[in-house]
Amino acid sequence: MTERAREEIRRLAGLYEHRQSALLPALFVAQQEAGYLSPEVLESVAETLELPLTEVTSVASFYGLFYLEPVGRHVVHVCTNLSCMLNGCQRVLSRMQEVMGVRPGETTPDGRFSLRTAECLGACEEAPAVLVDEDRWAAVTPEEVEPLLDRYR
Amino acid sequence: MTTEAAMPESVLLRWVRAEGMAEIEQYRRAGGYDAARRAATELTPDQVIEMVAASGLRGKGGAGFPAAQKWKFIPKAAPVKYVVVNGDEGEPGTFKDRTLIEGCPHLLVEGILIAAVTIGARKVYIYLRREFYRGRRLLEAAIAQAREAGYVGERIFGSDHAVEIVVHSGAGAYIAGEETALLESLEGRRAMPRQRPPFPAQAGLYQQPTLVQNVETLCHLPVIVGLGPDRYKELGPPALFSVSGAVARPGVYEAPLGVTLRSLIFEHAGGMRPGRRFKAAFPGGSSSVFLTEADLDVKMDPDSLRQAGTMLGSAAVIVMDDSADMVEVMARAVEFYRDESCGKCTPCREGTVWIAQIFERILHGRGRTEDLALLDSIAAGMTGTCFCPLGESVPPGLVASLRLFRDEYERRIAVGAVHVC
Ligand SMILES: Cc1cc2nc3c(=O)[nH]c(=O)nc-3n(C[C@H](O)[C@H](O)[C@H](O)COP(=O)(O)O)c2cc1C
Ligand code: SF4
Repeated sequence: MTERAREEIRRLAGLYEHRQSALLPALFVAQQEAGYLSPEVLESVAETLELPLTEVTSVASFYGLFYLEPVGRHVVHVCTNLSCMLNGCQRVLSRMQEVMGVRPGETTPDGRFSLRTAECLGACEEAPAVLVDEDRWAAVTPEEVEPLLDRYR
Repeated sequence: MTTEAAMPESVLLRWVRAEGMAEIEQYRRAGGYDAARRAATELTPDQVIEMVAASGLRGKGGAGFPAAQKWKFIPKAAPVKYVVVNGDEGEPGTFKDRTLIEGCPHLLVEGILIAAVTIGARKVYIYLRREFYRGRRLLEAAIAQAREAGYVGERIFGSDHAVEIVVHSGAGAYIAGEETALLESLEGRRAMPRQRPPFPAQAGLYQQPTLVQNVETLCHLPVIVGLGPDRYKELGPPALFSVSGAVARPGVYEAPLGVTLRSLIFEHAGGMRPGRRFKAAFPGGSSSVFLTEADLDVKMDPDSLRQAGTMLGSAAVIVMDDSADMVEVMARAVEFYRDESCGKCTPCREGTVWIAQIFERILHGRGRTEDLALLDSIAAGMTGTCFCPLGESVPPGLVASLRLFRDEYERRIAVGAVHVC
């Protein structure tokens, strides 16, 4: 982890009465920099926040958006909860799998995409909803999947 | 009279629908921050609490607890108090909080300020779910603008009040929306519910008195203080409903609390899609028990829905039409609770796994007739035994589906049996 990330984590810790409160934000800082939370990265976070490594690892493994394994350059989340299901998300997900050649939970061999399913993204008026990195895409159709993915290199 | 004209005046969504409301200038020009200024400089805390009590405002996050009552539980003399904003919005079908934040982040900031100066909290944490990237950018920008204007920070509006606001991020866990699990998460731990009592109002964040309030609940405050509780009540009181699923126009709608389910679906949301018939709807997210055609005239308010055997919850109406397979719907709902169970208590952790396994069997044509009784008995075993409402929300819907759509389950099992033979 770079000194810049450590500094940012220390700044975050200052926003809270107890420094452990900065753990989730700190893990995101680390994950953004390193791509995923390897054991070494978790150790750096633990060190910077002066927390036991076991606690940091236990917390990181609880939450769905911390990646403990390498992920692709872009993470694609397809919402499969009820409102999206009732609006055909399964066809969008199938098309994603076809175009990427991977199943949910996997990463393309070229490291470009990781495909994941998501629980309700809170964007049900836009069902089926897809999140690529930080961008939300609305009412995605199977036909739109390929051009959409083309935007992400 | 057209349907549009018959719709009552909108007092919440008008902020969201107006252009440029992410900009403080625009928001101020429309009267924004006047209510917070009054709360900080003219009104006493008791006066604000009385206004909120008179408005009848109840929590919009799911539990529907009267807001003013919660404020009164916060010990006045406590030296350190917190406001924690619940922006985790994870209940399936709910998107009103995101709509409010993206459309008019200043409305939330203003609501936060009113709550903070009233209970005497100097520090506010907004727990925003991670996936609201756009909302977070807009909210952070709005807070920065408000700070620049002297509305956030020391001596806000020139008063003696100081309020700091920090935007915190969730990390993808539905249970973190439950207020005590949220506090655990905000303290940097696994999001597992705490034993209550003590309630957060007595011992919440870092064991200090904490007001946990939903985003929408807070957004009502500038409206209540601005219009006065009487006018506010006359308007319904107004409430936001997230309507999604198989309707012609999914979206967030503002309607008087107590609007009928029928009106929400068929007037506000444009009815079903061409050629489709209404089949069922969850009135308050997937944690509520779904309603069917016979219930369409039920009033969408906490008490009426409780009487109807379900709940208003987060007022997320998920609509199914006649093309929906109720076994698949329930299977998907159960899968969600299985995956999101925090694992703290056995009935929820194990029960959701067993139920999901049985659904998988049924959906894959390996269902057995005994499975339906088995589902009922697992549901009975979970009822009243789970540590928190996540687990408790599974049995009622499941049992209702077994009763009301038994034919769909039986057909699935029969077809599966034929298939296997
Ligand atoms: C499993 C579960 C998930 C919840 N998720 C949320 C949520 O995402 N947002 C929310 O505001 N309340 C949620 N709640 C309700 C909160 O526990 C709490 O009642 C609410 O934040 C209080 O604020 P309010 O009174 O303004 O509604 C959830 C409750 C449970 C049991
Ligand atoms: S009911 Fe489920 S979510 Fe709630 S505490 Fe028990 S295991 Fe956790």
